[in-house]
Amino acid sequence: MPFLEIRNLEKKFGTVEVLKGINIAIEEGGFLVLVGPSGCGKSTLLNTIAGLETITNGEIHINGRDVKNLHPSERDIAMVFQSYALYPNMTVAQNIAFGMEIRGVPKEERDKAVNEVSETLQIKHLLDRKPSQLSGGQRQRVAMGRALVRRPLVFLFDEPLSNLDAKLRVDMRTEIKRLHQSMKTTIVYVTHDQIEAMTLATRIAVLKDGILQQFGTPAEIYNHPTNMFVADFMGSPAMNLIPVSVEKSGKVVRLSMPQRSGNPLTLALPDNAQKIAKHAGGNVIFGIRPEALTDPDGADRTSNGVVTSECQIEVVEPAGSDTFAITHLGGKQVVARLRADAKVYAGKKAKLSFNLDKAVFFDPGTQQRIA
Amino acid sequence: MSAQTPEIAVRTTSVTRILIYVALLVFALYYLLPLYVMLVNSVKPLAEIREGDMLAFPRQFTIDPWLSAWSTAQIGVQPTGLRPYFFNSIMMVVPAVAASTLLGALNGYVLTKWRFPGDNLVFTLMLLSCFIPFQIVLIPMAKVLGLLHLAGTTWGLALVHAVYGIGFTTLFFRNYYEAFPTELVRAAMIDGASFFQIFRRILLPSSGPIIVVTVIWQFTNIWNDFLFGVSFADVTSLPMTVALNNLVSSSTGVKEYNVHFAGAILAALPTLIVYVVSGRYFVRGLMAGAVKG
Repeated sequence: MPFLEIRNLEKKFGTVEVLKGINIAIEEGGFLVLVGPSGCGKSTLLNTIAGLETITNGEIHINGRDVKNLHPSERDIAMVFQSYALYPNMTVAQNIAFGMEIRGVPKEERDKAVNEVSETLQIKHLLDRKPSQLSGGQRQRVAMGRALVRRPLVFLFDEPLSNLDAKLRVDMRTEIKRLHQSMKTTIVYVTHDQIEAMTLATRIAVLKDGILQQFGTPAEIYNHPTNMFVADFMGSPAMNLIPVSVEKSGKVVRLSMPQRSGNPLTLALPDNAQKIAKHAGGNVIFGIRPEALTDPDGADRTSNGVVTSECQIEVVEPAGSDTFAITHLGGKQVVARLRADAKVYAGKKAKLSFNLDKAVFFDPGTQQRIA
Repeated sequence: MSAQTPEIAVRTTSVTRILIYVALLVFALYYLLPLYVMLVNSVKPLAEIREGDMLAFPRQFTIDPWLSAWSTAQIGVQPTGLRPYFFNSIMMVVPAVAASTLLGALNGYVLTKWRFPGDNLVFTLMLLSCFIPFQIVLIPMAKVLGLLHLAGTTWGLALVHAVYGIGFTTLFFRNYYEAFPTELVRAAMIDGASFFQIFRRILLPSSGPIIVVTVIWQFTNIWNDFLFGVSFADVTSLPMTVALNNLVSSSTGVKEYNVHFAGAILAALPTLIVYVVSGRYFVRGLMAGAVKG
């Protein structure tokens, strides 16, 4: 039985439908990340779980209990807000203890709990300070402390890292993951950053326009996106989505895509990609991640779907650990991820290996995945 | 060229600066002149005032006019001085300011953090009440006070001022709380705090500047009010402003200008004190809502 279950959840603000029938279920101790572009409804979904927004239709169950009509304080949840929402007039210790104080927990017990939590988060030396005297990272820790001290059934995080600078964000990300591994409490986490989603989640829900696009493990979402939106949204640099025409001669199926100059580039599909054969004579969208499009020496030797072809390189972007080469296929800019010391030069031709085992195909009309 | 430019810049600034200070000084003196006239003449014997030089410094210093204005001057038929009326005003101002400030804060809290359908309409209506002239409400207000058996009492006056002030105090607090982060209220809800706990523990402690603004505004307006005082108070509950008028405009006996000056200063003193004590918060509070909103 799932620990947190959302069934057919709908939310309307007036006549505007913000959430259109969301179904999500996660097991106890899972880490669910809600991800999507701004305005997709992910924060609203989190607020409905917290009870800060009412729902129009559907059900929310936490640990087998229907919480739809319960006040936020009765749902046994704790939330970390984007702005941290620390009470400005209270010290760090008072902030962490406020919830217990309201619930009438005796002073000694409160002090003990505050001590424990502040030790875990290494904020003991800050307990007597006011939030205004803390740095962004310290505020973030205090906000997490206030959530941890409740020992709730579910933690809710609303874009908790988006106000931190890039380096601190990566550090805190690791720390959140470490905390989750040691506490094993169920977490629902909202972010617009797909890297946060990939690194933290045990389950990812990708939302767009209030509709759940795909729900699955990070690997499923990354390797088998259900549609072009998910394929494009997850991964950085994004998946290359190239319009191609499918040709069949005898048993061999080929993808053909025009280049900026010269003959169209054609790739013969390996045997296990034959599902695409029934689209012969038509057009499909050929999706290939930058890391599946690399220099021949860097290509995956265990794969038997590697096809090498020569492409005109337009721009070379050395990124230290990798080198990104940008070419032009099927009227689209295409990014290839090469080894750092690969010999490619802007304006020259270079051999690129397409790992077609990793390729996915979409219908250009419906944008849904076909193979 | 490059070496000279900063020097010229400095010189121009200092010249402009002197001009600005001179202008400011002139204006300050101009505005302080009436206060000077009042102070100087309130410590002169009447005979010296009759000589006609209002700006002259007193040759013979006396505090008798102040003592007379406070406790012995003839007001109406009683030689009581302004003292009893001063306390009438205090008894009226304190509850009226407290009630209107507290209600304004509650209204502001509800109108920003507990939004309900039609909340903006309610706010607009409350805002409109700021523009109702005093004269329009005189007769209906007299009727209401009669029904409540509060006509002619200090409590009645306090009620009138509290009700009249809610529009302004709501406006102040709503604009201040509009900029107050709603996530704090949500965090407190998850922590289990009730409607009033959130108000008392989260919002009020952060409302210092706007409370000061509201108190100064309400105190000054209510203390200085004349029309409601003269309309709704009876002899025993007259506020300071009306008593001062009775002192100054009595038509019998000698016009004791020195006593009148002293009485006028006494009447203005409490608002001055409130302003001086908390004035530095005034501008800060007014800005706080405006800049962030």
